[in-house]
Amino acid sequence: MKILVCVTSVPDTTTKIAFTDNKTKLNKAGVTFITGPYDDYALARAVELKEKTGASITVLNVGQADSEPVIRKCLAIGADDAIRVNAEPTDAYFVAEQIAAIAKENSYDLILMGRESIDYNGGQVHGIVGEMLGIPSISPVMLLDLDGDTARITREIEGGKEGLEAKLPLVLGCQEPIAEWKIPNMRGIMTARTKPLKVVEPTGTDTLTTVASYELPAPRGAVKMIPADEAEKLIQLLHTEAKVI
Amino acid sequence: MSVLIFAELDEGKIKKSSQEAIFYGAKVAQMTGTTATAIIIGAADESELALAGRFGATNVLHATDAKLNEPNGMAYATVVAAAVQQEGSKVIVLAKSSLADAMTARLAGKLKAGLAANVISLPDLSNGFQVKSSIYTGKAFAYNDLKADVKILAIKKNTITPEETDATASVKAFTPALNEADFAISVKSTEKSSGDILLPEADLVVSAGRGLKGPENWGIVEDLAKALHAATACSKPVSDLDWRPHSEHVGQTGLKISPNLYIACGISGAIQHLAGVNSSKVIVVINKDADAPFFKSADYGIVGDVFDVLPRLTKAVKAL
Ligand SMILES: Cc1cc2nc3c(=O)[nH]c(=O)nc-3n(C[C@H](O)[C@H](O)[C@H](O)COP(=O)(O)OP(=O)(O)OC[C@H]3O[C@@H](n4cnc5c(N)ncnc54)[C@H](O)[C@@H]3O)c2cc1C
Repeated sequence: MKILVCVTSVPDTTTKIAFTDNKTKLNKAGVTFITGPYDDYALARAVELKEKTGASITVLNVGQADSEPVIRKCLAIGADDAIRVNAEPTDAYFVAEQIAAIAKENSYDLILMGRESIDYNGGQVHGIVGEMLGIPSISPVMLLDLDGDTARITREIEGGKEGLEAKLPLVLGCQEPIAEWKIPNMRGIMTARTKPLKVVEPTGTDTLTTVASYELPAPRGAVKMIPADEAEKLIQLLHTEAKVI
Repeated sequence: MSVLIFAELDEGKIKKSSQEAIFYGAKVAQMTGTTATAIIIGAADESELALAGRFGATNVLHATDAKLNEPNGMAYATVVAAAVQQEGSKVIVLAKSSLADAMTARLAGKLKAGLAANVISLPDLSNGFQVKSSIYTGKAFAYNDLKADVKILAIKKNTITPEETDATASVKAFTPALNEADFAISVKSTEKSSGDILLPEADLVVSAGRGLKGPENWGIVEDLAKALHAATACSKPVSDLDWRPHSEHVGQTGLKISPNLYIACGISGAIQHLAGVNSSKVIVVINKDADAPFFKSADYGIVGDVFDVLPRLTKAVKAL
């Protein structure tokens, strides 16, 4: 079985976002880049499936050379090889097109990725890839079990969850608690250095969406504190002042 | 050439977030000199469908194939794509939701459409087609230029407040050809908490964290939520510990919500939690630790014990 895990390189979740160049670029100074947290879940489940079924795992990133540390970490966690499509990931359609092109060449049984990236929160790439390949896509996936070529899946829905069944090949957008995040061990880190990381050039398309500029939210006004022994006053204020109840 | 709005049903009724989408879509239609058509999929009464007119839709296309009664992102994308073709729509509007997320991506793939998710403003047409969206889990905004011929806008809750009229929409049956392949995923079971207010749809949310000490204490949270007609939510450790279902987990790795009121009880206010709730209109924080970081992002705060404060708030709400 062949599994493709697609990962993004995103600012660490504690990053305070700031912009430069007249608010047209993310200020990367001092920002640590990490694997998308949802992608970590996808990779962790792939590693578990590899341990159980002997599957092979290829990690794919659409990104520039500065995402290689993130890719190496995925290799250290248990992926067998990696592909980097050498391009700035401009929009979901473009990224999906790159993934679909690689998938067409290699026919994977499972394409796993995070349910969304935590930078643009689009949550679209898996579905577009599924459409481009003409195979089903499911997201957000909380549980995944395989029985031959049948996948049993639990998907989160509003206010609950849904049990699904589908035949491979599939594209899945993953989230917790599909697996426990894995951290690389020393041996993994050593072997990751020698695992193949292939760099390929993108297949061209027009970018459909670009960002003209960025903005930060306006700061909230000062907090109004209410003494605990007058807690009831809060309800009055929410009613008469904030007018939300 | 109409603007097409996908209006989602919940038990045969147009969801509140979809009412917002219809109103938003009708505004875009006005701005672009076209009409607004809503596409509604699944079983619903004619009278409910006609109500789409109240929010600005002129026409409703109703797809009723029995196979579509189960929400199915792939099949719904096929239906909406057929409606786009029939209507010659260049702009498609919908409210972000679990079903809409699954559908929009497939639709974008089919139509090679430009897509903006988490849209929070009407488009600016003065120089192309630009919309503002929420990014970095609410920590920033982007002004997106949509350059593709067909544009999909997935709007965030509370982007627009619908003004209702007493107009009704004319309802037409819509029967596109369905793709067999779109039914390749079979639904084996559905677990849904019934009767409760859906968290992504809620205007008011009462949320609690590890400060509640254990699942057996959630009664005081639920009581306040019930008195307010609010939905309940929780922090990540609470769902990780299985005190509450995962579908209530808000934040960076959970749901992103933007209600009118978010009441955080016994939650510290870690940056990852804030990320999912900071676009709430009014934030109330109740925490016994005066130095809890959440107070910095709150509009109202009470330094106090949730076990004492919550029952008193519930009583005060009932007395309103
Ligand atoms: C990659 C990543 C992603 C994450 N994503 C999310 C996410 O999506 N959502 C999320 O919530 N977290 C997320 N987290 C976790 C986050 O960092 C915090 O650990 C979490 O939000 C803390 O939850 P809490 O406030 O409920 O618990 P705690 O941090 O334990 O805080 C409990 C609070 O309750 C207060 N308290 C205790 N007893 C009482 C009482 N009797 N009365 C009043 N107050 C009391 C305490 O003073 C304290 O402030 C993420 C972390 C990482 C690393």
